[in-house]
Amino acid sequence: MTENKLKLDEFRQEVSAWLEGNFPKSLNGKASEIGLGKNVSGRLAEDSDTWRKTLAAQGWGIATWPAEYGGAGLSQKHVQIINEEMDEIGAFNPIPMLAGMGVTMVGPTILEYGTEAQKLRHLPKMASGEIFWCLGYSEPGAGSDLASLTTKAEDKGDHWLINGQKVWTSGADIAQWCGALVRTDPKAKKRSGISFIMFPMDQAGVKTRPVKLISGDSPFCEMFFDNAKAEKNELLGDLNDGWSLGKRLLQHERQSQTGEGGPATGGECLGDIAKRYVGTDEHGTLEDTDLRLRLANHLMDEQAHKLTIRRIMAEAKGNVEVTAVASILKNSATDVAQTRTELLMELMGTQGLGWEGDEYSQDELGNVRMWLGVKAMSIYGGSYEVQKNIISKNILGLPETTQKG
Amino acid sequence: MAALTEEQSMIQHQAQSWVIKHASVQEFRNVRDGESDVEFSPQIWSEMVSMGWAGIIIPEAYGGSDLGYLTFGLILEQAGRQLSASPLFASALVGASAILLGGSESQKKMLLPGIADGSEIVTLALEEGPRHAPKNIDLTADSNADGFTLSGSKTFVCEGMSATSYIVAARTDGKAGSPEGITLFVVPADAEGIKRTKLNTVDSRGYANIEFSQVKVTVGAVLGTVGEGHALLEAILDRARAGIAAEMLGTGSQAFEMTLEYLKTRVQFGQVIGSFQALGHRAAGFYSQKELARSCVEAALQSIDNNDGNIDEMSSLAKCKVGDFLHDMSNELIQIHGGIGMTDEFNAGLYLKRARVLESSYGNQAYHRNRYAQIKGF
Ligand SMILES: Cc1cc2nc3c(=O)[nH]c(=O)nc-3n(C[C@H](O)[C@H](O)[C@H](O)COP(=O)(O)OP(=O)(O)OC[C@H]3O[C@@H](n4cnc5c(N)ncnc54)[C@H](O)[C@@H]3O)c2cc1C
Repeated sequence: MTENKLKLDEFRQEVSAWLEGNFPKSLNGKASEIGLGKNVSGRLAEDSDTWRKTLAAQGWGIATWPAEYGGAGLSQKHVQIINEEMDEIGAFNPIPMLAGMGVTMVGPTILEYGTEAQKLRHLPKMASGEIFWCLGYSEPGAGSDLASLTTKAEDKGDHWLINGQKVWTSGADIAQWCGALVRTDPKAKKRSGISFIMFPMDQAGVKTRPVKLISGDSPFCEMFFDNAKAEKNELLGDLNDGWSLGKRLLQHERQSQTGEGGPATGGECLGDIAKRYVGTDEHGTLEDTDLRLRLANHLMDEQAHKLTIRRIMAEAKGNVEVTAVASILKNSATDVAQTRTELLMELMGTQGLGWEGDEYSQDELGNVRMWLGVKAMSIYGGSYEVQKNIISKNILGLPETTQKG
Repeated sequence: MAALTEEQSMIQHQAQSWVIKHASVQEFRNVRDGESDVEFSPQIWSEMVSMGWAGIIIPEAYGGSDLGYLTFGLILEQAGRQLSASPLFASALVGASAILLGGSESQKKMLLPGIADGSEIVTLALEEGPRHAPKNIDLTADSNADGFTLSGSKTFVCEGMSATSYIVAARTDGKAGSPEGITLFVVPADAEGIKRTKLNTVDSRGYANIEFSQVKVTVGAVLGTVGEGHALLEAILDRARAGIAAEMLGTGSQAFEMTLEYLKTRVQFGQVIGSFQALGHRAAGFYSQKELARSCVEAALQSIDNNDGNIDEMSSLAKCKVGDFLHDMSNELIQIHGGIGMTDEFNAGLYLKRARVLESSYGNQAYHRNRYAQIKGF
């Protein structure tokens, strides 16, 4: 055994002991209930707040960040160990969820581009899950073609004045802060006049309107700016350099969406669920042989996806650079999640066609909502097609078309 | 690429440049268009041996370097890229694995040093029908006072014409289809009663049918335990599957790179065809498939090196996922090249033909999807 491996084994034991002593047993396996917008109250709410604070004090909400910004300065290998040990006992890290787009996207970008003052002002409160961030990129006329955005910010000497509209802003109705791409030089070429600005949501100039989704949830909003204000020192990176910074942030977003524990992975093995609904022959083989092989294929794809994440981490010796590889992983995470939920729907039969009511179990209803919810994975964060454009251009070096064929 | 040790990186680079220089597709073409019964160049094989490639998984005590399956996979991948023909896989991986896993001390002493120095070519004689079916063994081994008498036939034996010994899966008990009653034997290729017939296969490689008529062997020829050969056979096959998956990864990766190169150079409608989004997206898809397959192949080889408990699962995963990739990629190789892809003079056809042989070896994708479901308990 190498010295390095020994150290990691020691760390694993420390983590396990720490979790044993600090994770409230009442929260065991309650990750999704503690999630946002769910009404937890009483003991559960108290325990989950205690857990958040304990975890934050340890720096493990986002353990890879430096300690002075609320992290613990650990490598991704260590984080993997923490996650595995948490899984082991039904514990979970609620902080990335509680920080909205903070920990996963705005935070890493501040770390890279922010001033020291900006880092100290914003990062610790993300790392503790106290401040929820939303991200204002998309507009009615600017989706995949984000650079055509028109929301503008004018320099008013002591502040920025923001006017315009965003759409599909996740969590805008509950967010305390927003990071947005805005046009700061209307005369410059499309990509050159854009900046990234941060401002508080609790002000008269910002209005949000929740939009209901096909899954019945309304996790995202339209967002209107009517003379909204941002402090002068809340410009992230250089003026009119928001495009490159903004693209970098999207790489972080992709990265965060490629994890092993995507929205539709984990839980009971699909094969076992299928056996319950579909039935088996005398050898314990699923009766629907066509479904059986598609299930096996899906489980293989899921495993291939996980192994690829591990391989990339191992190759990077624990410090993964956020790169174009994230596009591959984002699409394969999407494939896995969408195929899994489609298979679940298929194997549940008519029990998978309920919307609400006692005739259906919580799991069944949850699966239906999840099936609808993960359709978004191929749309947000750069659509499936846009990821393929990125792979073919940035990784494979294929040129853009110059004329119509 | 897995996180490689310095030694592994060195071997990989050496293999890459040597194969391109000395064992390229052109060399394979020369063998294909030649007259010999043995479908590889003895010269190339002896150079591979002198670089130590035939001893990669063999312990030092038996003349090898004991560098493990992942390292072997790196070499097979490079060979797969150029369709380099040799008994490297059949003997130094499959044959050596069989002896390592099932051999007695004297069998190891007798065969492993020879495999490592190229004087022995030991290959697995398993299949009896057109589809991979490791339990469907009809070739009988009747026990008698002097040992056993083998009668029956084997088909599609890899490097069957050049082999010096066969690992023969025979039935000492039970009926074809049953895992019980299977016994493995090491049988010299020149034993009396053996007749081998060269097969002319689509990939122009060295496969043979072997007939066994009253072939007499001693008790010392038994590999492992009489009647309990099934588990041993599966363990050998899992190593073969992971190893051939590495070769397939190389073949598919080369097909991908040939395609990508053509996308960047072929001009139609006043621009390179790779600028058409329909083709760019397909290339992106294949690239992703390739990377996912690589993760599976390396993980399978590593699971063997670590002697993990899930070698069966990992080798099925690797064989299936790399098989899917190679299947689609070899078709796309032809399609993207247009008319030129259909010509024998161009190499695309060689890759397509080889792809199907590799896919069918040791269980095709359907076989391993089914096996994976079984392993997962549904
Ligand atoms: C659940 C959810 C949450 C979201 N959260 C946020 C958020 O918090 N903040 C935010 O700013 N935005 C958010 N979005 C918006 C998201 O980023 C956009 O939906 C996305 O960028 C796509 O833009 P669009 O919807 O306008 O689709 P369009 O860009 O109009 O795309 C329509 C179709 O055309 C395809 N297409 C477009 N361009 C190309 C091309 N060049 N090549 C090939 N195909 C192409 C697309 O792939 C798609 O299939 C969210 C979206 C969803 C679904």
